Amino acid sequence: MKVGLVVPCYIDTFYPEVGIATLELLERHGVEVEYPFEQTCCGQPMANSGCEGDSRATEEHFVRLFSRFEYIVVPSGSCTHHIRNKFIAAEATREREHVTTHTFDLVEFLHDVLRVAKFPGVSFPHRVALHNSCSAIRGIGMASMSERVHDPVFDKPKALLQGVNGVEVVEFDRHDECCGFGGTFAATEEAISSRMGYDKLEFISSAKPEYVISSDMSCLMHLQGCARRTASPLRFLHIAQVLNGV
Amino acid sequence: MEPVNQAENAKLFVEDREHERHFDRLIWAMRVARDRAAAAVPEWEQLRDLASETKEHVLSHLAEYLEQFEESAKRNGVHVHWANDAHDHNQIVADIMAKHGARTLIKSKSMLTEECDTRRFLQTRGIVVTETDLGERIQQLDDQPPAHIIGPAIQKSKEDVAALFARTYGSDPNKTDEVYLAQQMRNHTRPLIEKADVGMTGANFAIADTGAIVVVTNEGNADLSGNVPKVRICSLGIEKILPSNKELAVFIRLLSRSATGQPISQYTSHFRGPRKDGEMHVIIVDNGRSERLGMEQFWPSLKCIRCGACMNTCPVYRRSGGLSYGSTYMGPIGIIMMPTFDIHRYSELPFASTLNGSCSNVCPVKINIHEQIYAWRGVMDQKHQINLTKKAALKAAGNILSHPELYQIATAMADAALKVLPHFAIYNDLNAWGKHRELPEPPKQTFHQWYRHHRLKET
Amino acid sequence: MSARQDVLGRIRNNRLPAKVKPEVPDFPRLAKTDFLPQFRKGLEEMAGVLVDEQPGDFAAFLRSRFPNVKNVCSAVPEFVGNSTPEEYSNWADAGDIDVAIVRSPMAIAETGSVLLSETDLRVNTIGFLAHDLVVLLDPADIVENVHLAYRHPAFRNTAYSVLMTGPSGSGDIGGRVVHPAQGVMTLTVIFWPKI
Repeated sequence: MKVGLVVPCYIDTFYPEVGIATLELLERHGVEVEYPFEQTCCGQPMANSGCEGDSRATEEHFVRLFSRFEYIVVPSGSCTHHIRNKFIAAEATREREHVTTHTFDLVEFLHDVLRVAKFPGVSFPHRVALHNSCSAIRGIGMASMSERVHDPVFDKPKALLQGVNGVEVVEFDRHDECCGFGGTFAATEEAISSRMGYDKLEFISSAKPEYVISSDMSCLMHLQGCARRTASPLRFLHIAQVLNGV
Repeated sequence: MEPVNQAENAKLFVEDREHERHFDRLIWAMRVARDRAAAAVPEWEQLRDLASETKEHVLSHLAEYLEQFEESAKRNGVHVHWANDAHDHNQIVADIMAKHGARTLIKSKSMLTEECDTRRFLQTRGIVVTETDLGERIQQLDDQPPAHIIGPAIQKSKEDVAALFARTYGSDPNKTDEVYLAQQMRNHTRPLIEKADVGMTGANFAIADTGAIVVVTNEGNADLSGNVPKVRICSLGIEKILPSNKELAVFIRLLSRSATGQPISQYTSHFRGPRKDGEMHVIIVDNGRSERLGMEQFWPSLKCIRCGACMNTCPVYRRSGGLSYGSTYMGPIGIIMMPTFDIHRYSELPFASTLNGSCSNVCPVKINIHEQIYAWRGVMDQKHQINLTKKAALKAAGNILSHPELYQIATAMADAALKVLPHFAIYNDLNAWGKHRELPEPPKQTFHQWYRHHRLKET
Repeated sequence: MSARQDVLGRIRNNRLPAKVKPEVPDFPRLAKTDFLPQFRKGLEEMAGVLVDEQPGDFAAFLRSRFPNVKNVCSAVPEFVGNSTPEEYSNWADAGDIDVAIVRSPMAIAETGSVLLSETDLRVNTIGFLAHDLVVLLDPADIVENVHLAYRHPAFRNTAYSVLMTGPSGSGDIGGRVVHPAQGVMTLTVIFWPKI
């Protein structure tokens, strides 16, 4: 099975270890991974600011690079949500249609396509708080949402984590409230963004976890930034790093 | 006129830590109460579907239903008026007052009359207007607009209200008990209610086949405003029509549960005709709604039943405060409605959101609020309502991110990367991110560089 | 062009593609034996009081519940008070009523609500300006839910009707729901079969 790997721009630049963990994790599960070297970004930052015109070239570049892959995998719920549901700046072609319908978040790919349930040989004996991003939950449906009270409860990232030896996933209040990152919102509404981040950390900390894990590095970048300012002992890892054996 | 700077207003609100924290916890509790109420109704999602489909059906036959309503109302002896806009509406009210030589008006809560700024219009014409809804009255006394769609004064603590009542009612500022304060309000307002010439209500719903206006309150102040004086006036937005009581039942079951978690409000009042010795007037108001009907992406906002569930769940609203939007309607529904009233003034509202989508999933009529917020951002760009600095930065980002060589050069240099990376440095303003957060540490190499060294044949 | 023509014209110009009206079911769920307990729960959660047995001596009952009252206004044949609604030709004067007594033709188990219309109140303001309100209700008149409640003819043929759930209340100060607000201070429902 061959996969085209997308390493989001902010992971490329600040958290290359997450990209490396993703690559290794897929290879470990028998996947042939290709990384189109010319890749840049999915276009989300410009599009989310309303400037679809400015994201068009970036999105078309993405389509050109990835349309030949049967599976496109990206370790980011927000990039997956953008590509799958909001990829309209690029010209509407069969290639664009293919890309939007064949892109998977890493967790989706492992859980739904490869159907991995256990990660033998990987051990992570720690209390972890799992933060599922709003894109992951409400954008691409990787976990049930608290708003829909009658839906059966499910959580794909949690299911994968529970396949790792020693992981203890703790519960905390307001578990699916937005962390406050929100893309450019983090800068344009800095005061509210940080307040939301601090509040989320307060709820998480009450459960006394050692690590905060997420399938979205952008949320973690924001929460980690808030945590470091308050000298919190919490540590932050992308789920790929845990599943790959950090 | 400058656009409302919601971010700046929000910043001031969130800096008052005690008030903001109290507000956030209070409003979140309403979201929790809503969840509990929804869980007790097994058919909850089906009710949402029915409500959404009913509203869409009505909106697609709106002229016919309005005509049917008018016919039914007239048959009941109701005077039906039509108003193009806020001014029309206010003038009609003034004319009715003048016709009866009326100088005093009591009214129950109506967001439509807030929209039309009716109180101020009438007051400049010498009419004494008394809000009978406790929250509206508090805001009236404090000369402030509502901070929440159903709890107008919810941003004030009981201490704030005690201080306000001490100033305006001469009550004891140290007595902050809510029961005492509500009693103060009752004592002062009761005589005004009993002596009022004319009473006015809004309309949560209007029923086409019976000609009835339906008003939902907790206090019974619509029942007081609508029954104590002989003349009653109901202000009705065109989008509030429902076909019959069969559909009304769905909305009554959804409204209070979504708003406060109560299965129903204390008073669900139906005004179908005048008192035998009185008069009833209904003013059907457009004020931009028919235009919105023609907006392909935004007409679903007309389904709104003003429950407030969206703002209760909105993490940005709860930390910004309702007054930060500078608008009649606030929170998520405000973001998608206000630009239709004044696109320039409210051009920044669509950016007061993280696009998290919680609002759309609590909305009882399934308005795709977060998708409309996203769409409004595109409209602001097309209509050149995005400020020049931001636009320039986004253009630059779009250029770099579509050219692999430029991108790799820019990101390879760690410090430069922080300047170019669009997610948080779009204004080249590291100060914004770094005010309350640490910046991420630039790693030794990017993934691109690592891949080149470890996986590609070239070195 | 009148405003009416303007408004309707604009609406027709912006006509949406037609969408079908959905059929609304009645959603019956409760066993009939659950109606009374559900009604009690709904009413009490909204600070209403339920008296589930018809008092033997109604005058004594009223004296014990509402001591020292001077003006009991009765709209029901079951009790002769100090006044009747008809004495209030000026509806605004109903504020001098201490306790108003009315009969409700229908209540809702789902919500704990009672229906009152102009037929039952005769002078609508006795249900709002009075200090306290007592409602006689035949338990056989309790319907299961809001869908079934809206079949009642009062909604189609009275000038005014209201579904009342507990006494007047407000949560507008700091979010804490309190009574009093502008309307009645207490609402007492008495199970009292019709003659």
